[in-house]
Amino acid sequence: MPISTQTTESGPTGPGSTPESGQKPPQSPATRQQKAVVRPGDRIFSAATLIAGILILVILAGVALFLLAQSKDTITAQISDPSQITGGKGFFSYVWPLVIGTLISAAIALIVATPFSLGIALFTTHMAPRKLAPVLGYVIDLLAAIPSVVYGLWGIALAGNLTGFYLWLSKWFGWIPIFAPAADGSVSQTGRTLLTASLVLSIMILPIITSLTREIFLQTPRLQEEAALALGATRWEMIRMAVLPFGKSGIVSATMLGLGRALGETMAVAMILSPGVLTASLVVSGNQTIASEIAQNFPEAAGLRLSELITVGLVLFVITLLVNMGARAIVARTSVKGS
Amino acid sequence: MSKQIDIKDLDIFYGDFRAVDGVQMQIKPRSVTAFIGPSGCGKSTVLRTLNRMHEVIPGASVSGEVLMDGNDIYGAGVDPVNVRREVGMVFQRANPFPTMSIKENVLAGVRLNNKRLSKTEADDLTERALRGANLWNEVKDRLNLPGSGLSGGQQQRLCIARAIAVEPEVLLMDEPCSALDPISTLAIEDLINDLKDKYTVVIVTHNMQQAARVSDKTAFFNIAGTGKPGKLIEFNETSTIFSNPDKEETENYISGRFG
Repeated sequence: MPISTQTTESGPTGPGSTPESGQKPPQSPATRQQKAVVRPGDRIFSAATLIAGILILVILAGVALFLLAQSKDTITAQISDPSQITGGKGFFSYVWPLVIGTLISAAIALIVATPFSLGIALFTTHMAPRKLAPVLGYVIDLLAAIPSVVYGLWGIALAGNLTGFYLWLSKWFGWIPIFAPAADGSVSQTGRTLLTASLVLSIMILPIITSLTREIFLQTPRLQEEAALALGATRWEMIRMAVLPFGKSGIVSATMLGLGRALGETMAVAMILSPGVLTASLVVSGNQTIASEIAQNFPEAAGLRLSELITVGLVLFVITLLVNMGARAIVARTSVKGS
Repeated sequence: MSKQIDIKDLDIFYGDFRAVDGVQMQIKPRSVTAFIGPSGCGKSTVLRTLNRMHEVIPGASVSGEVLMDGNDIYGAGVDPVNVRREVGMVFQRANPFPTMSIKENVLAGVRLNNKRLSKTEADDLTERALRGANLWNEVKDRLNLPGSGLSGGQQQRLCIARAIAVEPEVLLMDEPCSALDPISTLAIEDLINDLKDKYTVVIVTHNMQQAARVSDKTAFFNIAGTGKPGKLIEFNETSTIFSNPDKEETENYISGRFG
């Protein structure tokens, strides 16, 4: 029980008395009610949360400012003489293949990981035997703790085994541009393609989406679940009627967090992908993502090249910001109102 | 469209804990039966065994028989999903599906049976179920608005409409009025009176006046102490229970001299 130090406001009855019982001469009712007792605990707490809130904005603004300041050289070069930029055709023709590569790999990772994550989360929350569920949850959380360099090593090993699969894909589904083989009919010999990187990314974002959606599915009101079951719903029908509608906005947030990680993941992609020019096909060598471009070139970069890479980082920063804002908008529009 | 329920030697367990012991009861079709008793005496637990909702709670199990017109719903090979399609249930707190409109809520159970409804069939059924739940006149102009926008009493009647839309044999009600104001309670009690023309109704209530008002027969459950199983003390005509009960325990409870 915090003891009030606001002696001017607390009346003769001591702490806990309402402002109305104070000794002060009565003012107009409206102003009297505004003077609530302020306790030190509340003060400290609200100051602490305010500082935390401001701090995150300051850090974010700091990052943005740093990126902008360091991009100055690139921007002036772009204006005065675009041919100075890597590739010789200006900044935008340098950056857009990277943007496309980043978006495609993140999208594939998301498309592969989301159904698995939802399935695992639903299984652990609503299907699995009660003894098995916590074990499964623990294993999934463990996946999140594996360093990305380990994923990278594993991805390289995986790549070698995927070449046969890619050849098969290009043979039967080569008419779809993303599975088209190279001009001579071959696919990547090493398997270190954007598709491999995307598949490894999907496993990296799996634990994030799974743990978040699992927490959300656990929050489903028991009453809603029972309402569906009492109507004669099977387990799956109950999930469709009660669990998924309730968790919809949470599923979107979880997926967006996964997407954020996939967009920014550096180490594993840099290790797996053998970089090359942008190509539509995902089974031949080529393509590059922003994060991996930065990681692979940063150690030797200096001067304008360094500034270029930082500007590329700025582009990634903006993309992530836009994605998150988009996700917020979706969540706000689809969230369940009422109970 | 209404079935007789015979409960024989029903014991109910939560894990190793025996929650209810040796219930024997015969519930006639087209009647209202009320379960009364102090908190924790197992009346809701018994109710939930009648549509196998009890086993949704992990570790819960049952021994004994519950016969619906002679068929044991706990028999080998009986699918609880099918049992629940025949035995509807209304809960203590109204629980319409928040993302569904009023109409979708009413049709939710019917759609589960994989029945393809034409638009006119769906409209007819919605109207019939909502009229059956005395809600039609209040919501007929806003069938496509969310069910969560209704008042508490209306939501509870919406849940009754949802339960009767699938035309069950039996309707179970677990303290359906405990979260409602007196006027909404009256509306539901009137409705229970109408429902017994078509359905076997079993209602759990904490309110003894309500049991006296709505039911034909009353079952009084009691518990000897914490950790002891609940028992059916007396099952009799409601008028007998409230005027001249056979057991002293019942007399003590209904007259307020409890314990």
